Amino acid sequence: MKFSTATATVADPYLDISTYEADADLMVLNLGPQHPSTHGVFRIKLYLDGEVIVKAVPYPGFLHRGVEKLCEKLTYTMMTPIIDKNDYLSPMMNEQAINMAFEDLHGSAVPRRAKYLRTIFAELQRVASHLVWLGTFGVDLGGALGGGTTLFMHCFREREMILDLFEEVTGCRFHYNTHMVGGNRHDIPAKWAKGVHRVIGVIAERIDEYEILLTSNKMFVDRTKGVGVIDAELALSLGITGPILRAAGVDHDLRRDAPYHAYDEVDVRVAVETAGDCQARAIVRILEMRESLRIVGELIDNVPEGPINGYRPTKTPLQVKITKGQGYACLEGPRGELGTYVIAGGDNRGASPYRLKIRSPSLHAMSCLPYVLPGLTVSDTIATFGSLDPVMGEVDR
Amino acid sequence: MNIWLHGAIYSVLIANVLLTMTAWSIWFERKFSARMQSRVGPTIVGPMGLLQPIADAIKLLQKESIVPDKADRALFNLAPLLTLLFSLGIAAVVPFSPEVIAADLDVGVIFILAMGGMMVFPVWIAGWASNNKYALLGGMRAVAQGISYEIPLVLAALVPVTLAGSMSLSDIVRHQIEHGWYIFWPPGPGLFAFVLFFVASLAEANRIPFDIPEAESELVAGVTTEYTGMKFGLFYLAEYLHTLISAAVGAALFLGGWDGPFAPGLHWMVLKTLLLFGLVFWVRWTLIRIRIDQLMSLCWTWLVPAGLVLVMAAALWKWGMAGS
Repeated sequence: MKFSTATATVADPYLDISTYEADADLMVLNLGPQHPSTHGVFRIKLYLDGEVIVKAVPYPGFLHRGVEKLCEKLTYTMMTPIIDKNDYLSPMMNEQAINMAFEDLHGSAVPRRAKYLRTIFAELQRVASHLVWLGTFGVDLGGALGGGTTLFMHCFREREMILDLFEEVTGCRFHYNTHMVGGNRHDIPAKWAKGVHRVIGVIAERIDEYEILLTSNKMFVDRTKGVGVIDAELALSLGITGPILRAAGVDHDLRRDAPYHAYDEVDVRVAVETAGDCQARAIVRILEMRESLRIVGELIDNVPEGPINGYRPTKTPLQVKITKGQGYACLEGPRGELGTYVIAGGDNRGASPYRLKIRSPSLHAMSCLPYVLPGLTVSDTIATFGSLDPVMGEVDR
Repeated sequence: MNIWLHGAIYSVLIANVLLTMTAWSIWFERKFSARMQSRVGPTIVGPMGLLQPIADAIKLLQKESIVPDKADRALFNLAPLLTLLFSLGIAAVVPFSPEVIAADLDVGVIFILAMGGMMVFPVWIAGWASNNKYALLGGMRAVAQGISYEIPLVLAALVPVTLAGSMSLSDIVRHQIEHGWYIFWPPGPGLFAFVLFFVASLAEANRIPFDIPEAESELVAGVTTEYTGMKFGLFYLAEYLHTLISAAVGAALFLGGWDGPFAPGLHWMVLKTLLLFGLVFWVRWTLIRIRIDQLMSLCWTWLVPAGLVLVMAAALWKWGMAGS
């Protein structure tokens, strides 16, 4: 593993507040919680000198729903639908993340077919999530009434195709509730593979166009190149993972470094950029989409036959009981390391956990804002914030 | 006809036609952008959604008119009226045909530029009087942008003025009918001046990629953040009207105005205006917004020097023509 043990050497921005509070010339701008570009409800307090940010203090927590506490009352089977709502752009990843932790504790083996399907779902979900990111990034840069929306609409057009695929499998377009302890709930229908091939063919073509946009469009490059640089040291010290870390030049991807599902059977080529700015993050995500499509294309024809879970079909929900133990499982979500820490042996005679903790990559990503924003303008704030790809449902849980 | 009567009749006529065109241009923009984005746009109100502007206007009129507590009430209410006044004022000197012109001023071009320059005031008034930080930032940006882009706009407009030797728009159009449209002739300065004029007009009318004062994704709605109902509607209308009239001015200055075969002059002028107007929408729904410092450096390092060179080139051309 390539983790560095270096601690943050960056000056702590929170400590500098006093020096700026004394300066009466600064304007305090409360960006959010009701603001079109905060991707939900998020508030950043900006201390502005003209348009230049002197200090930024983020205040998350407006979307706190107490999901972790609620999970202590729910059984392991009942948790999946509510966990879906955490990172609502990649619900399947959430389901997989908690179920992986539960499976480790429960000791239930996942059939090989289910592992393959989970891998395929995860990669399609990653593409769908990155497409939403690209669209909203366009809106952040280009305005809700302008060229940005055109990009947004086109990205959503592609995402719809993936949602259609998921709908064929699970019957749902958004919150799937398709994973459970020990396997999957829904098997893929006949000829689904054909549809997948068609969709990944179409999306792969269009991703090429988006890459041209990100790398050659003068305006896009002007707005993103050199903006909001997060270097490897800062990223590692704050626990930032995923595309942001890879854009900073750290070659780290759980799919390759700590394989789960069926990732040990495919070759995952990790995209790494070194600049660490908004453009690098954008390019990393584009390359990841392409890689995900390739992985799906490789796996979809080789899905092994067999059961998709270890249970016989029942009408009533299965009761999973884990009386003791604790464990952590993580996977590489679209935003980075999505982990679940669970202490078993709670209510309902062991059918609920004593404590469930979700490690959400978005929260870690956003913790860089006070370090990155000072010196940028208000416009760059929006660009930087958008390039972090935060999902508020996951940040606040 | 009596010049006063002529002015009164045509100004009422032109103002009404322009306002109607503006309302339906919003319908057109919504349809146009929908086509660009694989959507269908408005379809419910009327055939092909054609009555959508009326529905929009009725909705805006029904809205509660809210003035924020700490706002400067008088200025807050004045600003939307002023924006509409100044943008309609420009239309007074635009010749839509040899006859259809409200006032054929000898200093038409100066009048247009002055009226366009005045547009900075209501925007700044709105930004200041709203007592809102987003509005204030939007107003600041609008002033910086408006004043900076005034200069390339003036320089670009000076090219036709130099070539025609007159500041009256009618004379400029007549000169083009005799000597060829400035966008084609003289080769070079005319075309570049047209591009410069178009870019500066986009900035002047706050259209993407220069809609920095409004900047929904950054400043919520910029100067119009605190405005509701028809006051917001007036800002919106004035913005579109300004764009439409800028297109008309561009058509008169560079595309030969009412010049064209087969059809009456008015048809050609309207066609050219709408073509330029459509071009603005095309640009708007294609490009993203640039940053305020990039906007400033674009203006002062590229557009202003380019404008100066173009004016020099036009003057040299004129001098060469006179010499030969």
